[in-house]
Amino acid sequence: MKTFSFMRISLWVYLAIFFAYLLGPLVIMSATAFNSPSFPRMTPWECLTFEWFSALFQDERILNGIWNSILVGAGTVVLSVAMGLAGALMLTQIWPKLRATYYTIIIAPILIPGVVIGISTLVFWDRINRMLGLGADSWLSNGLFLTIIGQSTFIASYCMLVLVARLQRYDIALTEAALDLGATHAQAFRKVLLPFMRPAIASAAVLAFLASFENYNTTTFTFGEYPTLTIELAQKVRYGITPAISALAFIIVVLTVFAALANEAGLRRRELVAAARKKATVEELESGKLRLPGFLSSNVAAVALVVVACATVAVVGTATVYSPQQCIADVQEQKRLETEERIQELRRQRELRRQQQLEQQGEAAPAQSAPSTGTGNNSGFGGVFAPGTLSGDEEEGEEAEQEPQGNGSGFGNVFDPGALSNDGEDSGSGN
Amino acid sequence: MSAGVGVDLENLWIRFGDFVAVRDANVNINGGDFFSFLGPSGCGKTTILRAVSGFLEPSDGRVLIGGNNMKGIGPNKRPTALIFQNLALFPLMKVWENITFSMEIKGASARERRKRADELLDMIALPGQGDKLPSELSGGQRQRVAIARALCAEPDVLLLDEPLSALDLKLRQHMRTELREIQQRVGITFIYITHDQGEALTMSDNIAVMKAGVIDQIGDGKTIYNDPATAFAASFVGENNVFRGKVKRVMGDEALIATNRSGDLVARISTANQGRMKEGDEAMMFIRPEAFALAPQGAAGDHFVTAKVNHEEFEGNAFNIFMEGDGGKELKVSIPNLGQSFDDHTGQNITLEYETKNAVCVPAGELAAE
Repeated sequence: MKTFSFMRISLWVYLAIFFAYLLGPLVIMSATAFNSPSFPRMTPWECLTFEWFSALFQDERILNGIWNSILVGAGTVVLSVAMGLAGALMLTQIWPKLRATYYTIIIAPILIPGVVIGISTLVFWDRINRMLGLGADSWLSNGLFLTIIGQSTFIASYCMLVLVARLQRYDIALTEAALDLGATHAQAFRKVLLPFMRPAIASAAVLAFLASFENYNTTTFTFGEYPTLTIELAQKVRYGITPAISALAFIIVVLTVFAALANEAGLRRRELVAAARKKATVEELESGKLRLPGFLSSNVAAVALVVVACATVAVVGTATVYSPQQCIADVQEQKRLETEERIQELRRQRELRRQQQLEQQGEAAPAQSAPSTGTGNNSGFGGVFAPGTLSGDEEEGEEAEQEPQGNGSGFGNVFDPGALSNDGEDSGSGN
Repeated sequence: MSAGVGVDLENLWIRFGDFVAVRDANVNINGGDFFSFLGPSGCGKTTILRAVSGFLEPSDGRVLIGGNNMKGIGPNKRPTALIFQNLALFPLMKVWENITFSMEIKGASARERRKRADELLDMIALPGQGDKLPSELSGGQRQRVAIARALCAEPDVLLLDEPLSALDLKLRQHMRTELREIQQRVGITFIYITHDQGEALTMSDNIAVMKAGVIDQIGDGKTIYNDPATAFAASFVGENNVFRGKVKRVMGDEALIATNRSGDLVARISTANQGRMKEGDEAMMFIRPEAFALAPQGAAGDHFVTAKVNHEEFEGNAFNIFMEGDGGKELKVSIPNLGQSFDDHTGQNITLEYETKNAVCVPAGELAAE
């Protein structure tokens, strides 16, 4: 019994570690999108802010990258699904002895490194372009065209794998039945085979879009005038990143989770409806009184979907009302106070050191100490030994260095910590 | 109803590489007939059906439908409709959409299609089930939907490829009657493929018995059953007892066969073989289990068989006696249960008699596998 429970515990621990490893980076990155420091970090937590989202939506290059990614994705989806479907159909109809060879050839692009595909796409189409005697601005050397073509070479193979799996479950007798009932080959394809393939085509399209959206190493050679999002991000990271990128990541994560949950909930619902229809009698079906199961009953995905939707609404609602300015100002103020304290501490230490020095010097030559206290001192000779004046002088220099935004207060207030903090608050509320 | 459209196969050969699936088939199917191809699996009957429906081009010979050569005409241009063995109902379409698929591709409006579907659903006794999916129907209902779908195309010839093989016994027997009724109502030619001799005998006007790509015999059910042309036809259709031997003497349309175990027995020469059997030929003689009667102990002659009883069973409507037979096969005798007393004969020798007209002899040949 004991070993058994130990096994169970270690299993749970393993699962926890595994999920932490999988999801931890995403959670932390998402959290950084809501923290106010200008470098993405989670600790110390300063202020809840949504400014990185607005920063994101004001970044021309990111927006342009997203738009290019969508364009490339759409083109890749169309091209890859079409090529994948053709490849899958070919695989089921080709002479059986050739099938293994054909399969290997058509799968090969998945195994070839994306970098190689990128370079070869660039070189190949440049050749073609020159052979046709076209200039450097022809559509054959257009970044959009090259990126779509380059990505499709291997994404089409993924699509084919998805489509072949479905096609293997297709009964060729269905096409024969359609032909026998008078349909042409085109009609049989459109009315029988295509509807059967629709779920797989949808999966292949989603897969193709995601693969295209996240692709970097092929695109980096072919993008030309059309930098995609991944290219833009990579270029941005070179100059340091801001939490605006975390904000983008958060949006993508939320959209993905939302879409996955919606899909799952839809599937469950359809299963439940099908089960209910099977159990329903003819009369129930006819009278239209078929009782559909409650949307949420025994449907975990639907529940999760509702939770996520509510959370999204709550976050967006908070974002429109919530203003982090006060908090940011408080944090800044607090930071300055901390700095202040550190300065005070420093000052006290230096003063202590200086006093000791002076004591030593004073014993040696007390008269000489006066010039060394600085010309800026207006307190007269007698004030030489006053600690306030000495440290005040030094503090002014330090403050100028550490807090360049500083304050507009007069020199006289410098020595008064209370005045300082009042001043800071004034300037904060003034913003 | 008019005579309908006939189908003729002329010197039809179908080869797949070196394998000959159909060898020189010649069949005339009259318009409006219910015609069955009967044979064990792999005998080429489905191949013939695919050649008629247009999915296969014959290697040699011709397929004529209504007197027109069908060479080069695709399945979608032929006046035939095929009911597939697995029915091949479109799984994503509702029942009414399935039934009226042939109208949809001709561009009929949804309202017309609905109307026609309702008519056909009434005909196949599934009223109001049009909005279900095929997966929501039972096997027999799907069967009828497939028939309705084929009939909706208004074919001249309906081809059925073992459509009842997936059903259980009760339903199969019910569907036999139903199919026959539908055929008589619509009056078109049905070509039916089966390996079940019961189906072929009960439904067909004419039957072609096939063995390994060759058509052994064509005739109506009674002819096939009572007057087989070959040893294969005799042994494949219904239960039969075989006696091997040599022809001892030919007397008009009767022959005396010197059997290996049971002495000289007299039998009728089957119609197809009259004048073709002579003394000394290897021959086979067939007597049905129900054609025997118990004879007095020790009776002897050319229509008496004596053998030792291995075991007996009571089947309800008949007593079955299994006796030592010829060539390793037991001799089966069915005595109808008419309320008579019936003693156990196990281990004894008993004598049976038969009427000459119920024994038929053909030249020795291959028997159907059990």
